[in-house]
Amino acid sequence: MNLVDITLILDSTVRLAIPLILACLAGLFSERAGIVDIGLEGKLLASAFAAAAMSAVTGSAWAGLCAGIGAAFLFSAIHGLASINLKGNQTISGVALNFLAAGLTTFLGQSWFKRGGYTPQLSGDQRFSPITLPFANELKEVPVIGQIYWELISGHNIITYFAFLAVPITAWVLFRTRFGLRLRAVGENPKAIDTAGISVTALRYQALIITAVLVGIGGTYLSIAQSAGFNNNMSAGRGYIALAALIFAKWRPGPALLVCLMFGFLDAVQLRIQGVQFPIVGEVPVQFIQMLPYILTVILLAGFIGRAIAPKASGIPYTKER
Amino acid sequence: MTSLNPSAQQRPSGAAASDLAIELVGINKHFGPVHANRDIHLQIKRGTVHGIVGENGAGKSTLMSILYGFYTAESGEIRVNGTPQAITDSRHALKLGIGMVHQHFMLVDNFTVLENVVLGAEDSSLLAPTLTKARAQLKRLATDYGLTVDPDAVIENLSVGQQQRVEILKALYRGAETLILDEPTGVLTPNEADQLFEVIRTLRDEGKTVILITHKLREIMAITDEVSVMRQGAMVKTLETKSTSPGELAELMVGRRVLLRVEKGPANPGKIMLDVENLVVTDDFKVERVKNVSFSVRAGEIVGIAGVAGNGQSELLESISGMRDQQSGVVRLNGVPLSLEGDDGASRARAAGLAHVPEDRLRMGLITNFSEWENSILGYEGKYGKGLGLDIAAAREAADAYIKKFDIRPPNKDLKTANFSGGNQQKIVLAREMERNPDVLIVGQPTRGVDIGAIEFIHNQIIKMRDAGKAILLVSVELDEIRSLSDRILVLFDGQIVGEADPATADETELGLLMTGSHPSGDKLPPHETPVQQTLVEMSPKNNTGRDTN
Repeated sequence: MNLVDITLILDSTVRLAIPLILACLAGLFSERAGIVDIGLEGKLLASAFAAAAMSAVTGSAWAGLCAGIGAAFLFSAIHGLASINLKGNQTISGVALNFLAAGLTTFLGQSWFKRGGYTPQLSGDQRFSPITLPFANELKEVPVIGQIYWELISGHNIITYFAFLAVPITAWVLFRTRFGLRLRAVGENPKAIDTAGISVTALRYQALIITAVLVGIGGTYLSIAQSAGFNNNMSAGRGYIALAALIFAKWRPGPALLVCLMFGFLDAVQLRIQGVQFPIVGEVPVQFIQMLPYILTVILLAGFIGRAIAPKASGIPYTKER
Repeated sequence: MTSLNPSAQQRPSGAAASDLAIELVGINKHFGPVHANRDIHLQIKRGTVHGIVGENGAGKSTLMSILYGFYTAESGEIRVNGTPQAITDSRHALKLGIGMVHQHFMLVDNFTVLENVVLGAEDSSLLAPTLTKARAQLKRLATDYGLTVDPDAVIENLSVGQQQRVEILKALYRGAETLILDEPTGVLTPNEADQLFEVIRTLRDEGKTVILITHKLREIMAITDEVSVMRQGAMVKTLETKSTSPGELAELMVGRRVLLRVEKGPANPGKIMLDVENLVVTDDFKVERVKNVSFSVRAGEIVGIAGVAGNGQSELLESISGMRDQQSGVVRLNGVPLSLEGDDGASRARAAGLAHVPEDRLRMGLITNFSEWENSILGYEGKYGKGLGLDIAAAREAADAYIKKFDIRPPNKDLKTANFSGGNQQKIVLAREMERNPDVLIVGQPTRGVDIGAIEFIHNQIIKMRDAGKAILLVSVELDEIRSLSDRILVLFDGQIVGEADPATADETELGLLMTGSHPSGDKLPPHETPVQQTLVEMSPKNNTGRDTN
């Protein structure tokens, strides 16, 4: 394996990690505020569909992005209503949203576009296309540094750069601002927030809004940045992987980035070694290779993270007690 | 200070409005069918410590929650510094200078002290300036009131007493002039309680007003200037502390005459029933908490283990009852060594005739989501087997009998145990453990968080059990309880038995010195003082029907 191979793998690592990073940060905001969001998967899928559909109709990727965020918004509103106002079970509400997203995207896709659930192929301004950073072309021929700059750093779309930027911003919001302090507090002990005279409900809705924006961007990335259109169930469990990454990262933004990159890397390697002849075993069936990231997830989650302590009030609706 | 007319029932007059920090006029509040506060009138003078006493459920906490804006009263008026105020939420109350330290702390466990103090009172959307300011402020409060806490410590690493300080600091940081303390000593060790009283005195001397809610009469007598008594949602009377007595307060609280002493005859110790030899127990962190302890308890005898909380009592109890593995040593029941190792140690101990009333009934004694009758067979459910199933009829019948015998209220075996008061929950556990006719009874903190009326009943039951020839090991952090119930006192300090005393002749000072580990030199710590003697334990000659033990 040479430098080109490595940069290529790393490059696709980044591409594959972006939706995970965005979904993971989205989950981080809601779980830090005390709301378990197993519906991330459904939100990713719904916003991927909404973005692709809107982009196909209007011809604008930005309109698609708005639709993607809008869909995530709608789903978050349902989740918020069920789990904050009506004090329902958050896991059940989230699972219901996942079912809803899976069914609704297929149904609407078929009835609107009549392509078996697929949206039309998108091209040009209908997608977020790669941005060439300044001097990337000029430096392309410079060994190592130039190559890395060209392959790895330049040439991604705007959502990718946003996702990487979102990590330090999240950390800053969480640990350096008043909002972040209250957000963390409401996920640990909502009573402390209530007795301090701050609305638990308002705070949790604010967290859900941020969640919706982030996961909406993540879903949009899937359909109109990474791919050129929506296809059935294209989130493919990424919402769940993002939740796993969140636990693995112990609900901290920095580690969340690293964990998501690691999952992205596993996925990239998996794509790379398909069809490759191995010594002794020969060619490994593609299904086995595709399993690898998931198996590793299970192993890592089961054995290596140690004690991951979730925000204490996570999953528990807040009720004023007598 | 203007003195009150002790005979004034509801509206103590004589204080000018400007002297009053808080005045409550005609407060009413219902929770469903429960009239939690009925037409409450209360005046609290500025710069005083005002006690509010009453049994659990008397409406003290509700009243204070209304004052703090956590609930809204249905009718009535709150006047702060003479001005009527509609306190709509806690933030409003804080703005008016009213701060509250809740019984269960409202702290975020994994935040630092500093973060907890500023939470909800941040000056700007960025944290840094607020934190800098708060740090300086905390330093000032520490010197002014003796409230020293490391601002960067994480709450979960602090002792309960220190956490309480953080709560007080939180209120002071928000500019509280009136501080409500809800059952502040319930979770404290005697030492920590003394330190708290010191802080309360300092606060008063600095001009703050303190409202102390409690059901411990000793605290009222020790620290308050005035005291108001509540019973069943109503304000019974406000008195000047100097001119009242624990007896009078207890009577006002319970609504009947109460005797402040345990009545028991001399013990008739028989053969040794429980024998503990060279017991060594470690805690969850592998730290040795019980260090080579040996003692024995005879039939017809109550042996009390005195000590400041955290000196190995919990580990001792858990080990003898089979909940925690011992490192070494032998526990014998009627001369036969008990095998207590492993997860089923507790059930083997029980089968051998050793009953255990755990010190934390909510965590170890009950499953609060289960109904009363289900809880009353837990640990003994094996006796109610019927084929593959459970003989529910028999279990329910037994539950009915216990309810009657132990006067458990409400007498409803289908009610979830969570909905019983602390005293009645404790009675459920006691009935379950005592009624299976064990040889040895181990009781931890039998009256923690239990009302005066239930305390006397529980103490009676324990003594009856002794008189029936059982061996009883009593562990309590309430020294008064140990002294009044025990026939022999062992003092546990740092996991070792450092002394034995006869409760009839034991000297309070001597015991205090033993408990704090400063005996025999006696030059280190002052003993835990008991300003009022013969309180706390309330007995009634009446109400004894249907309480006979077999």
